Amino acid sequence: MKIPFFHFMPYKISSYFKKSTHSAPLAVFRIGFGLMMLISIIRFWSYGWIEKLYLKPDFHFSYYGFEWIKPIGDWTYLIFIICGLSAFFVALGYKYRLAIITFFLSFTYIELMDKTTYLNHYYFISILSFLMCFLPANAYFSVDAYHRKVQYDRISKWCIDSIKLLLGIVYFYAGLAKVNSDWLFKAMPLKIWLPSKYDLPFIGENLMQQEWFHYAMSWSGMLYDLSIPFLLLYRKTRVIAFLLVVFFHIFTRVLFPIGMFPYIMIIGSLIFFEKDVHLRIIGFFKRGIRYLQPVKVSVEQKVHAMRYQSIILPIIGLFFLIQFLFPFRYLLYPGELFWREEGYRFSWRVMLMEKRGYANFKVVNQKTDEYFYVDNDDFLTAFQQKQMSFQPDFILEYAHFLADHFQAQGHDHLAIYVESYVALNGRRSRPYVDPNVNLLTQKRSFKPKTWILPFNDDINGL
Amino acid sequence: MKRWIPLLITILFLQACSDSDDDAVTSSSDDFDRKAMLENWADNRIIPAYEDLNTKLGSMVEAKDDFVNNPNEVNLEAVRIAWLDAYKVWQHVEMFSIGRAEQINYAFQMNVYPTNVDDIQSNIQTQNYDLSSVNNHDAVGFPALDYMLYGVGNSKADVISYYITDANLNLNYLSDLVDRMKSLTQSIVDDWKNGYRDDFVNNTENSATGSINKLVNDYIFYYEKGLRANKIGIPAGNFSNEPFPDKVEAYYHGSGSKVLALEGLTAVQEFLNGVAYNSTNDGRGLADYLDALDINATEEALSTAINNQFDDARNAIQPLDDSFADQVQNNNNMMFEAYDQLQLAVVLLKVDMLQALDISVDFVDADGD
Repeated sequence: MKIPFFHFMPYKISSYFKKSTHSAPLAVFRIGFGLMMLISIIRFWSYGWIEKLYLKPDFHFSYYGFEWIKPIGDWTYLIFIICGLSAFFVALGYKYRLAIITFFLSFTYIELMDKTTYLNHYYFISILSFLMCFLPANAYFSVDAYHRKVQYDRISKWCIDSIKLLLGIVYFYAGLAKVNSDWLFKAMPLKIWLPSKYDLPFIGENLMQQEWFHYAMSWSGMLYDLSIPFLLLYRKTRVIAFLLVVFFHIFTRVLFPIGMFPYIMIIGSLIFFEKDVHLRIIGFFKRGIRYLQPVKVSVEQKVHAMRYQSIILPIIGLFFLIQFLFPFRYLLYPGELFWREEGYRFSWRVMLMEKRGYANFKVVNQKTDEYFYVDNDDFLTAFQQKQMSFQPDFILEYAHFLADHFQAQGHDHLAIYVESYVALNGRRSRPYVDPNVNLLTQKRSFKPKTWILPFNDDINGL
Repeated sequence: MKRWIPLLITILFLQACSDSDDDAVTSSSDDFDRKAMLENWADNRIIPAYEDLNTKLGSMVEAKDDFVNNPNEVNLEAVRIAWLDAYKVWQHVEMFSIGRAEQINYAFQMNVYPTNVDDIQSNIQTQNYDLSSVNNHDAVGFPALDYMLYGVGNSKADVISYYITDANLNLNYLSDLVDRMKSLTQSIVDDWKNGYRDDFVNNTENSATGSINKLVNDYIFYYEKGLRANKIGIPAGNFSNEPFPDKVEAYYHGSGSKVLALEGLTAVQEFLNGVAYNSTNDGRGLADYLDALDINATEEALSTAINNQFDDARNAIQPLDDSFADQVQNNNNMMFEAYDQLQLAVVLLKVDMLQALDISVDFVDADGD
């Protein structure tokens, strides 16, 4: 049996990078990606989330090292306009390189503005668009191709494989993350989430309530994530795999508020198909365009030769090396990952935890020992409070923000303590942060946070 | 092409599921009947409490009318008694900020304290006031009456003389306050009895607008703000550098704050357990819901833990002075202890209970991390 993944084996490397393939799959991927992103931006705007998430809050939680990235008042709308337009240009393949770089930068800027809104799939979009900056996605069926009157119907094979690899990493690592005792042997958190979908038609009040179903979903979810990249790669299982992709993602879309992500993954998975499918899709587009295109442009067919490939390939190699290793950085930290969340983000840990917390901040004057508690409603939105209450980096950042705020109000000799409780995957809430640690003595860093109290339970697994 | 057909059908089917908002499905083969819980809340708790409040306010209107016709000490005492009676019942409805109560900001028109004496006096003097205005939220309702019945003079005789001088102006304002509370409450009772009750019990969906989600959020909000913070935390100075004895509930009455706080705590606990208003009938409530979900069989039942914590809070409030203002000034540490006990239940409600019920705080994309 020949499994295409083996193309990455070292002994074939030099010949592998000379291989070419039809460029239609990448063109279809570009169009799908651009359109989905355009729709995402419009959807985000239409729900009023720009205002709600980025303009209304007085305070934004930053990523360490990216504190300078903030919403810029009403100009934030402009960033979304730029992002949406560049996505549209990507779909058209018009000034593609400029468009995809603009998209990558504007989208990533938006995601870095406030980590409250962090979602794995936003991160996925960011790194995917980064990768696409290097790919000749406008080689075929693009406005650029018509302008230059040259259409390259063959491109380097690795260009398409790199997207398959990235998709494969997302699925496979998401599957690895599900190999843990809470997910497999307690059916957590699905055991909490599924029964609450009691209002779904047909299945809400019966299937969703059954414990065996919670286990079945947990196990099949894990197996699905681990196996789907391989099933998509292997020609004989590809169609059934794609049906699984569609079913699984639509099903999760029905169950959970995960926005556009399922559709993006479905469209994205089309890249695993051979050129015939994509040529048919392009044919479909062409029929639509024919009415709009008054002048017939003749296009020369050529094989695309990538410029600067010797620079681009090492960059992409490094990119994937980071992708392989980054999710395992949690191994450098002590304690339970789910509890401490050190190295949790950017690792394809999707829908793994039902975690809620409560954090009550105490502002103390160290000279007089007078103190008062903070009303978090004064500073944070409900959504920000929810995210802050169980993530230690949020708690620390907020404590420092409070100190700055009260210092500006004329309070001196400040110390800030937090009384916090967190419940994880159905366990009873327990104290989370050491209430005797003045958070102002702690600085943001990537070092282990010594002030998180122990979990006192075990979650076994990867 | 053929093989795309089942795919298409699957997509359409699932799409239909996700977009469907018909609530015709009433067959319940899961363990807990949520509609029955909503019915119990509406029929045995919310509506009876509103009706009782409406009756008590009706008595207060009558007592007030007598007092307006004949401002003497006996009639004053009658208004005061009616006021405290109604105020106690109020503690049972403040948490139900749903339906018409939510639309008209009922709680803000009934119980914002401390009341603003300057606003009240300027309303009285200018005679030109709109009691429904947002600006008058701190010049109406029970706290404004607290001032009008107890705060305008030190003794009963002083209060009477306040109403005899400038009789028109002062009695008018008192009268308008009472009438407005009655008419607001009447409108809510009418709304519940003319259709809203059915809307409420039939809206069982788990969404931001579903009855369970809304009422549970209201309930927790009331517990955290209306009870824990307003009644104990703010006067004790938990949120400030110094205590505020003048920010207690029923400040001018002088000894009402504890009895009202205990009433509020009773209301909170009865609601949790689904106990009927003014009776001991125990129907379906959140405690039963939590027991049915039983997300963690290895630990003590969450409903028990919450009830125990409410009991601990009650035990910490019982020994306090009838007047929290006096308690704050004499031994504020006991106020802090009561606050701490109330606080521990906030954690159980907001963290453990919301986790078990899987009620979301907001509509945003989230993948649970």
